[in-house]
Amino acid sequence: MTYSALFLQLMQNVLVLLAAPLLLGWINQCRAWLQNRSGAGVLQPYRNLVKLFHKDAVLAHNASTLFRAMPYILFTCMWLAAALVPVLATDLPLSPAVDVIALVGIFALARVFISLAAMDIGTAFGSLGARREMLVGFLAEPALLMVLFTASTISQSTSLITIVETLAHKHFVLYPSMTFAAVAFVMVMLAENARIPVDNPATHLELTMIHEAMVLEYSARHLALVEWASALKLLAYMTIGIALFVPWGIAEGGNWSALPLAVVLLLLKLALGGAGLAFIEAVSAKMRIFRVPEFMGTAFLLAVLGLLTHFLLES
Amino acid sequence: MGIPFSGQLINMCAALLLLIAFAMLSQRRILSLINLFALQGLILAFSTAVVAYTSNQHHLYTSAALTLLLKAMILPWILHRLIRKLDIKWDVETLFNIPTIMLVGLVLVVFAFNLAAPISQMAGTITKSTLGIAMASVLLSFLMMITRSKAVPQVVGFLAMENGLFFAATSATYGMPMVVELGIALDVLVGMFILGIFFFQIRVAFDSLDLHHMEKLKEN
Repeated sequence: MTYSALFLQLMQNVLVLLAAPLLLGWINQCRAWLQNRSGAGVLQPYRNLVKLFHKDAVLAHNASTLFRAMPYILFTCMWLAAALVPVLATDLPLSPAVDVIALVGIFALARVFISLAAMDIGTAFGSLGARREMLVGFLAEPALLMVLFTASTISQSTSLITIVETLAHKHFVLYPSMTFAAVAFVMVMLAENARIPVDNPATHLELTMIHEAMVLEYSARHLALVEWASALKLLAYMTIGIALFVPWGIAEGGNWSALPLAVVLLLLKLALGGAGLAFIEAVSAKMRIFRVPEFMGTAFLLAVLGLLTHFLLES
Repeated sequence: MGIPFSGQLINMCAALLLLIAFAMLSQRRILSLINLFALQGLILAFSTAVVAYTSNQHHLYTSAALTLLLKAMILPWILHRLIRKLDIKWDVETLFNIPTIMLVGLVLVVFAFNLAAPISQMAGTITKSTLGIAMASVLLSFLMMITRSKAVPQVVGFLAMENGLFFAATSATYGMPMVVELGIALDVLVGMFILGIFFFQIRVAFDSLDLHHMEKLKEN
């Protein structure tokens, strides 16, 4: 491990930490524009975080240690996940520690803890949200794995760095399998990040909320960490999408001269991706919770079709 | 990956056709179903034109033009007219258990791919690998006809099956002889007219386009 690689890793860690609320703010701003509102500005999530960190935390009487520890575990998981995905350079010392399957495992770990903490307090909303989260999660996970396997079979490795290097190196090739996988991945991303067709991030309406129901009891610094972790999760998913489907422009190895261009390209891709996400949310209506299995079933189907067409058309 | 760009384009079209076949399988609205069918015709015409360009088979250009005219324009137009006249434009069909239907469809796709694998190994055409997808679309259209109970979606399924067969012919042997192709095109057109008249007759007789009513005609 060289110092330059170490520095790259540190830089990415800090960058994702700081950029995650910005991405959220940008998406909210785009959504506001699409709805003919003026919006709160892209910096609003930072203001929210500062406000929440300054408040005093309130805990329920019967909250256990698990409840208090959950925001920290969640935050660490999401930060780790976001820091592992190679987006700027492929020379990350941490990244070989985790392949794509373990990455899905990190998300699963966070999900388990957030659900446990939601049920810990014993309110009806918490367990309701936890159940729904588990319903969405167990359907989204195989679809996500299938998407990642499609990329893995193309590059013949489950390591994210190898996948990105293989895909970025090749000439432009139309992969039908990756097209299927991309659509499936977008569906999984919407479901996993509690975005509109599955969940509404802005609602506190008891009948429809999933993610918000689970974190209803949190306040102050705990809530700030949970929200920051959600932003990090969104960023992590976005960067996985970028790494799998549009990896061009990444600085390969520890190539410092390519780094400025990589940063600019990454910001551009994130901005475009965020605007696209806002557009999807603006044009679609939230679906009934009973339709969610259908939605996720379609995502799984598309991912499997991607894998199948890879074997049929591309081998 | 030694596939030339045109081959990639054809593979992409094949993948899109498969996607449309699944979309049709799960589509509840009749109007969207017909639009999907038109899109299928459009992609079919495009991929046929690409095959014609790549393989220098000039008669395929005629097939592509015929497909574009008939399957992407005339037939959808007739269907649009029909559902407007029948006043079922906004009909929504109740489909039970779409995930199960999708999973059955997935099994059919695996089956078709396996079935086509030995055939495509022997074929020498640039499109050989798409044969499995063509067979899968035929089977998926079959499945769609089985799962639907209304008359119009069944007919759309039938037409989609014809599209699948056409694609299979293009991918396995660079298309059928011109006489056969013209004959089929005419058959489909005339069949569509006759089925259109049938729709009205069925509705006059049963006051509905649900084909389950026809089971009453059976003698016990």
